[in-house]
Amino acid sequence: MSLHTPHVDWFSLATIFALLAASGVSLLGAVLVPRPLRRTFGASVAGLGFLGGIVAAVWLYVDSRHSHAVVSGAFYRDRWTALAQVILCGVGLATTLLSVEHMPGWGRDADPERRDDHIAEYFALLLASAAGMAFFVGAGNLMTLFLSLEWFSIALYVMCAIDYDYEGALEAGLKYLVVGSFGSAALLFGSALVYGATGTISFHGIAAAIAAHGLTGDALLSIGLALVIAGLGFKMSAAPFHMWTPDVYEGAPSPVTAWMSAATKVAALLLALRLVRTAFPQDEHLWSVAFAVIAVASLAIGNLAALVQTNVKRILAYSSISHAGFMLIGLSAGTALGGRAVMYYLIPYSAMAFGSFAVVAARERELGVPVTLENLAGFGWERPFLGVSMWFFLFGFAGLPLGGGFVGKFYVLAAAYRHGWAWLVILGVIATLVSLYYYLGIVRAMYMRPSEERAVLAGGSPPAERFLHLAVGMALAVSVGSLFAVQPLIELARHAASALPF
Amino acid sequence: MSSAYLTSILIWLPVAGAILVWLLPLSRYATGALAMLVSLAEVGFWIEQAARFDFSKPGLQMEERARWFGDLGVTYHVGVYGFSVWLVGLTVVAMAAATGYGFWVGRDRPRGYFALMLLLTGATVGVFVAQDLVVFYAFFEAMLIPLYVLIGVWGGARRMEATVKFVIYTMAGSLLMLAAIIAYGLQAHTFDLVDGPASGSRWLFLGFMLAFVIKAPLWPFHGWLPDSYREAPPEVTAVLSGVIAKAGLYGMLRIAIPKFPDPTSFYRTAILALAAAALVYGSLLAFRSTDFRGVVAYSSLAQSGLIALGLFAGTDLGFDGAVLQMVAHGLVSTSLFLIAGVVERRTTTGEFRLLGGMARGRPALATLLMTVGVISLAVPGSANFAGEFLILAGVFQRAWWWAAIGAGAIVLAAMYMLRLISAVLHEARGTTVADEALDVRPGELALIAPLVAGLLLLSAWPAAISHHSFFGNSPAATVKGQFK
Repeated sequence: MSLHTPHVDWFSLATIFALLAASGVSLLGAVLVPRPLRRTFGASVAGLGFLGGIVAAVWLYVDSRHSHAVVSGAFYRDRWTALAQVILCGVGLATTLLSVEHMPGWGRDADPERRDDHIAEYFALLLASAAGMAFFVGAGNLMTLFLSLEWFSIALYVMCAIDYDYEGALEAGLKYLVVGSFGSAALLFGSALVYGATGTISFHGIAAAIAAHGLTGDALLSIGLALVIAGLGFKMSAAPFHMWTPDVYEGAPSPVTAWMSAATKVAALLLALRLVRTAFPQDEHLWSVAFAVIAVASLAIGNLAALVQTNVKRILAYSSISHAGFMLIGLSAGTALGGRAVMYYLIPYSAMAFGSFAVVAARERELGVPVTLENLAGFGWERPFLGVSMWFFLFGFAGLPLGGGFVGKFYVLAAAYRHGWAWLVILGVIATLVSLYYYLGIVRAMYMRPSEERAVLAGGSPPAERFLHLAVGMALAVSVGSLFAVQPLIELARHAASALPF
Repeated sequence: MSSAYLTSILIWLPVAGAILVWLLPLSRYATGALAMLVSLAEVGFWIEQAARFDFSKPGLQMEERARWFGDLGVTYHVGVYGFSVWLVGLTVVAMAAATGYGFWVGRDRPRGYFALMLLLTGATVGVFVAQDLVVFYAFFEAMLIPLYVLIGVWGGARRMEATVKFVIYTMAGSLLMLAAIIAYGLQAHTFDLVDGPASGSRWLFLGFMLAFVIKAPLWPFHGWLPDSYREAPPEVTAVLSGVIAKAGLYGMLRIAIPKFPDPTSFYRTAILALAAAALVYGSLLAFRSTDFRGVVAYSSLAQSGLIALGLFAGTDLGFDGAVLQMVAHGLVSTSLFLIAGVVERRTTTGEFRLLGGMARGRPALATLLMTVGVISLAVPGSANFAGEFLILAGVFQRAWWWAAIGAGAIVLAAMYMLRLISAVLHEARGTTVADEALDVRPGELALIAPLVAGLLLLSAWPAAISHHSFFGNSPAATVKGQFK
């Protein structure tokens, strides 16, 4: 008996291999490298892994002009995957820089003896979750979709709780695990229903089966689709699947929060558009409305709930829910314009989301308590670079023309308008107006409140935190640069979107 | 054209200056001096631009165009028309005076302060030269960011409420404008203001107008005005009322009226009524105000109403008068708020009941305030008289009663302005006016005198603006033809 093995285009998985290899090396380092060197070792390996990932993904982008499914249709080698991988690895690189000084989070920082305990494992998990996401965005059938989702989720569960003797982090990890598993279960159940209705798990096969058997509007299929979208909604932290987001973002160590808020969204949103466009093109009337409803719910809940928060990480968590809403507007248009709008939007968004949590991490470390609007007072004047960066991130989030966030919003709203949904445009601008209040609230706290008297830091001045500054500087450069470099970025996004069947 | 670069320089020089000022770890004095240098260089570039502008040619000049994002037809397109030249001039001159005032009083945290003032200069110039709707919108919003921080950090005791009101009001208007821009641009397949066709959509017109009437502001959209004007530092209030408010009126002239001819005539009466209401109501409130800034703030509301009256009259005289009045009132209100700052610095208050008798022993202050005050109440022969006369004549051609309302309001202007002058300069000496309070210092004089000189120059030769804003003899036809 001979086992038939499919032909594997190994190079199409290059990004994932680079990340996985680095993950393995880092894990070995956790055992073999002496403790004082583990931080340097893990960070160097992670940095090299992400750089290698970027090189591989750029190569794949250049070399994958025509989209094709590889590994028996389990994975798509195309520019959509490749560009998403570039963004993911870029965020990963920035996260690595941030983690050098800020892992473990402030909650466990008190005990210098044990600071380096799990640092190499942490970098291994970071790389593993990145590899999972890099696979996830290229998933070509429901099985790889589910497996890669679990792959990066499990890594993330552990990362959230890695500061296990700090209660908040444990709570975050547990909550994410429970709610995330619920989301995964929904996704799996939905996949089963879709398989039951169509008899195939491949995205292309599903579309062909729907066309061949006239399954459009079939109850089994529609429920399956709804459950799959719900499962992805958990990962996008879109309302009403967002309940875990504020708690997890608040409790997890800030570098992990920064990584999750930027990268998970990239992966989930881009995969969602690929899935619905490739597997369910005939059901556009269903998912388009579903995305629009989720978008409206996310905009409403994210923005309104953020208004009453005082913990800065919670505010940013709700802000990430509202941005999921904005990007879902682009998804709901379901057109090539919507596709490149979302792809473009994710570039400044991930930079701003990462950067704002990184700034919060610096303040947490300085104070040794969670950052609130009260204890942020005076921060902008004490740490001028971080303050101004935060200023740019917040105004960028609000869609003011200080960064690519403005162009991103412009694009998704344009996509909605061209789709014929002017009401969604109006809702979008109203949501932006509401969001201004809490974004400006943070600016107000940083710059306009007199700073309270507090104990002078041990060294008399804040720590140098060179790597954090470098990471924030990268985020700032991307978020401001994307305002000026719209044309080249949108060209990249256009080529990427041309890989999907629009 | 070889001088095209001037337009972009006028936008980006102050932005570059802002970055430099913020980055360089200079002393307080050097920071202010550098900012001042950039502001003056900006004035120099504007003079060069005005000198090279050919007023005898139609259409856009000193034009620059570069692709920004091509698939939606958005370009970085800037250039100037005759009236834009004057508004840019007003911006750079008033901003230089305001920056100088900040330097003179020695604002705290100078690097942040001067960087924001320069950023504001660049954004405001950008609004007046943008020829693409998205670029226009970006600069229109970009003005808000430095203003928000300038008021919120360097403002008075109740600055928090003032900033929140200011931002929410203006953003409510401009976000609806964003929706209107998207709809207009996608329908027209271009966001270019020069190439873009006229549209007949009333909804889009209202979307644009809402942003402009809040920014200008017109009654009843002026809720943000009194708080912001009172709480901002005086030099910021000066540019807020002198320059930023003009962005709203400029938007009506450049976008709302030419791009939406049918909705303009459909809503003409309603908007004229709002403008007249702003004029009368603002004048009455100015007359009832009990402090220096209150009078000037509400008189700005009244003047915005008057200018909108001229714009929406839709006649040759109305357009000419409106542009002249924008510049003249810009200079007047910038000078008045700076003088208000001068007075407040000496007496710690702007309340009339605590002021008075400042003319005695302070001839320079008295002369400045008298001169500006008299020009502002439109004494025959002054620049404001020329502007108001043209506007009233223009709106008279539309219907006589608009002109009658306008003329009535001008009488009110004389009343509130004379009341202001006498409450500050004359009457019994106020309790807060110490003998030692100095006259205007040379430094302050050097900032305000050029503005007043500009006003006197315009008084002598108002045709410099009123005949050099639109190509040809018929502004109304030029506007109707979308300035081509």
